[in-house]
Formats: sequence, C-alpha cells, structure tokens
Amino acid sequence: MHNTKTQDTLVGLFVACGIAALFFMAMQISNLSAFSNDKTYTISAHFENSGGLKVKSPVSVAGVRVGRVSNISIDTNSYESIVEMQINTQYSLPDDTSASIYTAGLLGEQYISLEPGGSEDFIQANGVLDLTQSAIVLEQVIGQFLFDKAAED
Amino acid sequence: MVQYTFIILQRITIKTYLKYSPQKPMTQFFEHLGNKTLSGFAKLGRSSFFLIDILTATTSVIPRPRLLINQLFSVGVLSFLIITISGLFVGMVLGLQGFYILSDFGAEETLGVMVAASLVRELGPVVAALLFAGRAGSALTAEIGLMKATEQLSGMEMMAIDPIKRIIAPRFLAGFISMPLLAALFSAIGVLGGHIVGVGILGVDDGSYWSQMQAGLDFNDDIINGVIKSIVFGFAVSWISLFEGYDAIPTSEGVSRATTRTVVNSAFTILGLDFILTALMFGDI
Repeated sequence: MHNTKTQDTLVGLFVACGIAALFFMAMQISNLSAFSNDKTYTISAHFENSGGLKVKSPVSVAGVRVGRVSNISIDTNSYESIVEMQINTQYSLPDDTSASIYTAGLLGEQYISLEPGGSEDFIQANGVLDLTQSAIVLEQVIGQFLFDKAAED
Repeated sequence: MVQYTFIILQRITIKTYLKYSPQKPMTQFFEHLGNKTLSGFAKLGRSSFFLIDILTATTSVIPRPRLLINQLFSVGVLSFLIITISGLFVGMVLGLQGFYILSDFGAEETLGVMVAASLVRELGPVVAALLFAGRAGSALTAEIGLMKATEQLSGMEMMAIDPIKRIIAPRFLAGFISMPLLAALFSAIGVLGGHIVGVGILGVDDGSYWSQMQAGLDFNDDIINGVIKSIVFGFAVSWISLFEGYDAIPTSEGVSRATTRTVVNSAFTILGLDFILTALMFGDI
C-alpha cells in the first residue's frame, strides 16, 4: 500500500487530470471559445422563404463568419419568415446591406451571406435588412427547369 | 363403433396428460414465479432504503476527508490507467473506421466531428461506466461482501460505529466524483487517439480536424449532456455495487454471486439509462 503522502499526490493528480480533460473538451472540442464572450448586436431580415436555415446557422460576410442566426419566426401579417441574427460588435455593416441564404456545397448546411452596399451610414442594433434573397429550394428549381423544357418542345 | 373409439381416444389423452403433467410441478412453477417477483420487489425496496441511508450519511464524510481521499485513490486513481488506455484505443479505432467510411464520400475532413461526437455523446460516458463497473464496482462489492462475511460490519455496529457512515458513504461519494472525471478523460484521450490515427497516419488535414469538430459540437448540447450522463452512471454504478455487497449472502459463494450480479446489473442499468437519457437529451420524443 502506498503511504499517505504519495496517495494524496496521486489523488490530486487524478482530479487535476479530470478537470483538465473537461477544460480540454470545453475549449478544444466544442465551440465554447468562439463567439461565447463576444458582444453582439441583433439585426433582422425578412425572407420569403428561409429554407433549411436553423438557429445557430452561421452568418458571413465575404466568406468570413461574423455572427450566427439567433431566432427564426413567422410574420403573421405577410407570412414571411423573420430571421434574427446576432452580429459581432466589432463588425459594423452599411444600412443597405443585402442578405441571401446560400448552401455550403451542394448538400451542405444553409447559411446567410451578407453583401455590404455602398451606403455611408451603418445599420443600428435591431435594424432591419430590406434587400433579401430567399433560399433556393432545389425542388422548385428542378420543377421550373422541367416546366421550361416542356414549353420548348 | 365410432363412439367407442372416441371414448378410448379421450381416455388415452387424459391419461397421458395426467402422466406427463402431474399437478404438483405446475403449482410449483407458479409458486416459484410469484416468489421470484416478490423477492425482486423486496430487494428493490431494500436498495431504496439503502440509498436513502447513504444519502443522509454523506454529510458525515465532510469532517473526515481522509476517508474520501483513500477511496478516491482506490476507486479513481487505480481505474485511471485502464480508462486512458481504453480511451486511446477506442479513439484510434473510431479514427480508422470513420476514415474508411467517410473517404468513400470524399468527406474525410469531417473525421474530427465523427470521432468527437460519438465519444463525447455516447462512447465516453457509456464505455467508461462499463469499465468502471468492471474495474471499481466489482472490487467494491467484493470488499463490502467480504467485510460482511467476516463480520467486520457487525463488529463496527457493536462498537457503535455506523458502517454506512464509516464504510459505505465515502465509497459512494468517491464513485460519484470519479465517474465524470474518468469519462471526461476517456473522451479527451479518445479524441487525441483519433487525431493520432486520422491526422498522423492517414493524412487528414490537422486544421480541418479541429475546426470541423469545433463547428460541429456545441458546448451545452454535447459536452454538458455527456457530463450529465456520466454523473448519472456514476451514481447508478456506485449504488448498485455497494448495495450488492451490503446485501450479499455472507458466504464465499454469496460474495462471488454478488460480484457477478454487480457487473451484470450495472451493465444493464448503464445501457438502459443511456437510451432514456439520449432520448430525453437528443431526440424530440
């Protein structure tokens, strides 16, 4: 049997290793390090169809991730989908920025791409983006294609 | 003529029925079944009272941290090696198998997500708990059972020392504390094992291994749920192994049976609870 001092040390080492593993999981494996403590502001955009967009989907400008989708709801008057997104405060965007929903790769997840316009003024917190382009629904595109083909013949 | 043959046939069937299924074994069967059921419920009741006793006794461990540290050593530190080595190999196998499947789709860059998600959500808590039941749970049962068989527990009661406070509660707390730490170690080492195979040997890009993993796993949804699972398993395994030891028939055969029951019942409980917890956490049932 080990004497008391080594036993204490080994127990201490064991607990330290366990806590280090938890810390490793939080920081290295999960996304806790990204966007968790950063300050954000919320903007929203109305889409005719938000497709397969989900809460926490990325929001990017020119391919760089600047925020994430925080809420998706429906406007009961116009039946459009209202997508709220949280943008990192370090990025300010012109107020004529347009938002489009794209798909990463052919079958990848959907994300919002923001294209800044030329305006001098920046969009404020809780601002609304007016220029939007809905998600492309693959079935609609294929349906349209087949319809056009049939019209040609 | 037809009537006679009918009567003869009837007599033969009744005779054979009485010969091959006499009344006694049938009632014995039902007696046995009822007895098993009732003793099963009685055992469940005893184990519930035992759990309440342990939980009320845990406060008495606080003034004697030495008892807890000794048990953390024998339950946690001595399980350290088997958990880390198993975690390493499980992660390496996941890396290898995942790579072969994902490379068929040209998606080997997502290997990190596959390895980390399966480890953190399922394999880490479950396999660590199964190993823990085999390594530490069986040892606890054998120790307590032998203490009972050699009348050390009754000896303590004679000296007005409550064996639940002195023996059981520190072991229960040690299992409860060690299990989440061991499961976290298992998952972390497994992810590194997957990295060794995937990035080191098979040539997956190092950056995409980690970045896909971080993009694909959420702290609250995946890591915290995995930790909650391992806490529940630690609770269940410690309870089962201590109860089986405390409830063992105080003979050498009784202790050996109790040890077997600990491993079998723990495995059932872990896998059953895992299904329920997964359905609650990840499924929209």
